[in-house]
Amino acid sequence: MLDVVIIGGGVVGCAVARELSRYDLRILLLEKTADICNGQSKANTAIVHGGYDAQPGTNKAKFNLLGNAMFEQICTELEVPFKRNGSLVVAFEGDDEQMIDRLFERGQENGVPGLSIIDREEILRREPNLNPTAKRALLVRNAGICCPYELTQAYAENAACNGAEFIREAEVTSILPNPQSGWLVRSMAGEFETRAVINCAGIYADKINDMVSQDHFSIHPRRGEYYIVDKKYAGKFTSTIFQIPTRLGKGILVAPTVDGTILLGPTADDIQDRDDTRSTAEGLKKVLAGAGKSWPELPGRAFITTFSGVRAHCDRDDFIIGEAKDAPLFFNAAGIESPGLSSAPAIADYLAKMVAKRLKAAQNPNFDPHRAAIPKFREMSCQERKLAIAKNPDFARIVCRCETVSEAEIRESIRRPVGARTVDGVKRRTRAGMGRCQAGFCTARVVEILCEELGKSPLEITKCGGESKMLTGFLFNRGGGEE
Amino acid sequence: MKQIDLLIIGGGPAGLAAAAAAYESGCRDMLILEREETLGGILKQCIHNGFGLHTFKEELTGPEYAQRYIDKILEYGIPYQTGAMVIEITPEKTVTCVSREKGLEQFSARAIILAMGCRERPRGSLGTPGWRCAGVYTAGTAQKFVNLQGLMPGKRVVILGSGDIGLIMARRMTFSGAEVLGCVELMPYSAGLKRNIVQCLDDFDIPLYLSHTVIDIEGKERLSGVTIAKVDGDLKPIPGTEIHFDCDTLLLSVGLIPENELSEMAGVKLSPATSGAIVDDRLMTSVEGIFSCGNVLHVHDLVDFVSQESARAGENAAAYLEGRLDICAQRIPVVAGSGVNALVPQYISQSANCPTTIMFRPRAVRKNAVVRVCVGDEELLRKKYRVLAPGEMVTMTLPADFMQRQAAQAQGAEVLVEVLE
Repeated sequence: MLDVVIIGGGVVGCAVARELSRYDLRILLLEKTADICNGQSKANTAIVHGGYDAQPGTNKAKFNLLGNAMFEQICTELEVPFKRNGSLVVAFEGDDEQMIDRLFERGQENGVPGLSIIDREEILRREPNLNPTAKRALLVRNAGICCPYELTQAYAENAACNGAEFIREAEVTSILPNPQSGWLVRSMAGEFETRAVINCAGIYADKINDMVSQDHFSIHPRRGEYYIVDKKYAGKFTSTIFQIPTRLGKGILVAPTVDGTILLGPTADDIQDRDDTRSTAEGLKKVLAGAGKSWPELPGRAFITTFSGVRAHCDRDDFIIGEAKDAPLFFNAAGIESPGLSSAPAIADYLAKMVAKRLKAAQNPNFDPHRAAIPKFREMSCQERKLAIAKNPDFARIVCRCETVSEAEIRESIRRPVGARTVDGVKRRTRAGMGRCQAGFCTARVVEILCEELGKSPLEITKCGGESKMLTGFLFNRGGGEE
Repeated sequence: MKQIDLLIIGGGPAGLAAAAAAYESGCRDMLILEREETLGGILKQCIHNGFGLHTFKEELTGPEYAQRYIDKILEYGIPYQTGAMVIEITPEKTVTCVSREKGLEQFSARAIILAMGCRERPRGSLGTPGWRCAGVYTAGTAQKFVNLQGLMPGKRVVILGSGDIGLIMARRMTFSGAEVLGCVELMPYSAGLKRNIVQCLDDFDIPLYLSHTVIDIEGKERLSGVTIAKVDGDLKPIPGTEIHFDCDTLLLSVGLIPENELSEMAGVKLSPATSGAIVDDRLMTSVEGIFSCGNVLHVHDLVDFVSQESARAGENAAAYLEGRLDICAQRIPVVAGSGVNALVPQYISQSANCPTTIMFRPRAVRKNAVVRVCVGDEELLRKKYRVLAPGEMVTMTLPADFMQRQAAQAQGAEVLVEVLE
């Protein structure tokens, strides 16, 4: 019997697993898809927000501020790239400048440290590539950028090393009260008896809640589309550039990433299908129009790819965090949209303490907060590279040329706890295929390495699980097998 | 740090031809660094024939063509290292390379020939709407799967872009039992060679949809279909012209991009028109002693032309090493006039005294056009073409003595290349 089943392997679920692994508990995380970090945790703006935006008194305001302050420590412990680059909310000529004052006041009320309002001269001194019609801006010094998939994977790896179990392709189909334990969780990967359940199911969190609680809420998928700008333009912007927020969200951003690319986006379109992560012609056009306002010199052929993510917007317009009123030991972390990444460390900390207290859990004496990142060949010094290759010659075999990812890193990403099983899984763990050739050169080799490591046939390798097979057949009949 | 006269970065057709020519010109202290496990570059996977008509006057497959040059390398005893990835080149010509066999090595080279080739433009850069599902590959990736690994990437195929690799793969996939439903080209003309249109599409009744593009990519996990539409004069899709295909594979052949990350590290200036290095008639880049040739310099139509150009780079590098190359000479710019794109070289040294090759791509399809090359007011060359197309590179050879002419010696002289109607 288990103590806790966590439903959902996004950043919140994995963070909760890690924080709960501080306690002497049997923890299982069930993820519906073929990999953790496969929903909005992988497809967002990769921002650690300052906390000025949310309505004072909301969970969003509270957890954003708390979470933001935790990033240095978390990202040091888990060796995840994080940078406090600051953000600017810019009012351009013709915009409602008063909004800047209102955001400043809201930020003050939320307790955001280090806010100030700056004028055009100071804006352009900081960001010389910004549209010079910028008039005023809110400077948010505590805002940062982080790699959301590396954070999620790091949480998961650390949780696994501290005893938590992870099962992927384990969609939860029902949750029933169970006199012996508390709950019986039925999934595509089997049934699990557990004392507590934590719902971190992202865009499906309402469906999971409906399985046990009468206190309903509903999640409305809201899609955001993005462009990624080539690393060649790294350094064009230091801060994350926001425009005046709209009813649907924080507007189109120009957001530098920890990897040197720049994200443009997101749009905010309410959609029907929760899994509809398509890019659309209209959406991409909106992104360019919006980003062009902040970055007038936006180069036309600078994009390496597009993506889109679906936000779990909740009808209550706030995070729902805590034990369900009518379902003891069933906890929700629901309606987690922006600022979800920023809030994740604080939500996990809060929920883990609450759950541990309710379960009267003792500390895990073997808990180790540290997770070592997969060594990144591209970031090593010459001397470090020599040593790495001396220890493991696979470091000398560069598989992804654009991002200089070695075979050693790819193999390790597969061998790690909660390791990669798919081509996209390798990509998110190592950046192989994320560069400007978008996997043109490395795909075939990554498929081969996955086969070698997992003992699979190339025909079994998928891009992202399910039916996303990379290959459809052998050209020739191989050794008596059926074609 | 190892001292070496000449390092050749890349053991594909460009690097092999450059190395052989450098050897023939007297260079002995040299090394080819190749990132893959064997020499030959992209030719390894080009198992179709049609290579070498110019160079060897016979039709070879890609591997056969490569082998001719590899045999020369072996015959001359030119050292090469495979599985060796160059990760850095400095402007001082210090080259850092990693390989399983030798670990991390650094070289201090007196001269370098950049011969890294090009890569394919990916889907992401097109901003094509739709799902990011499995089953969307560049034509070259598919070619690698089929020809080198014996793996089929799909069964029902649509090809976007009519570059030569896309056309070749249309035929290859058909041979391999897949059904190729069509080849979709944004422009009103194909980017590929005429002979490939005939031999790879027409011969197999594969329709070519000119002035069309893919407007939607369908399939949550694996590709299930694409929608194409006709485009207007501004290349925007025209509503109501959509055609839908049920297919499991979309292959992209939408352009090649010279792979110049290392060149940029070395401080080599690039041309926005070619995405390759800016070079003079000796194929020397903006960094003294660093030469560039083949598809890393500009994308060629035929490997024969890559070999020819690279041989010149090899000869010039050898001459440079012996101090035979007059590098202090004044250079005059070569300017792309109307109708001319992706011109190489961008400069000609005033001391040039051998025939100089100028290559470019026409900006559009032109019938009965004239290409003219002038220096100052003086016309150097005039050549009539029945058809000019962006898919076929134009090569002009300037007479050996043209630099001695008065107009070339004048202050502010430049060579102007233009297409006349």
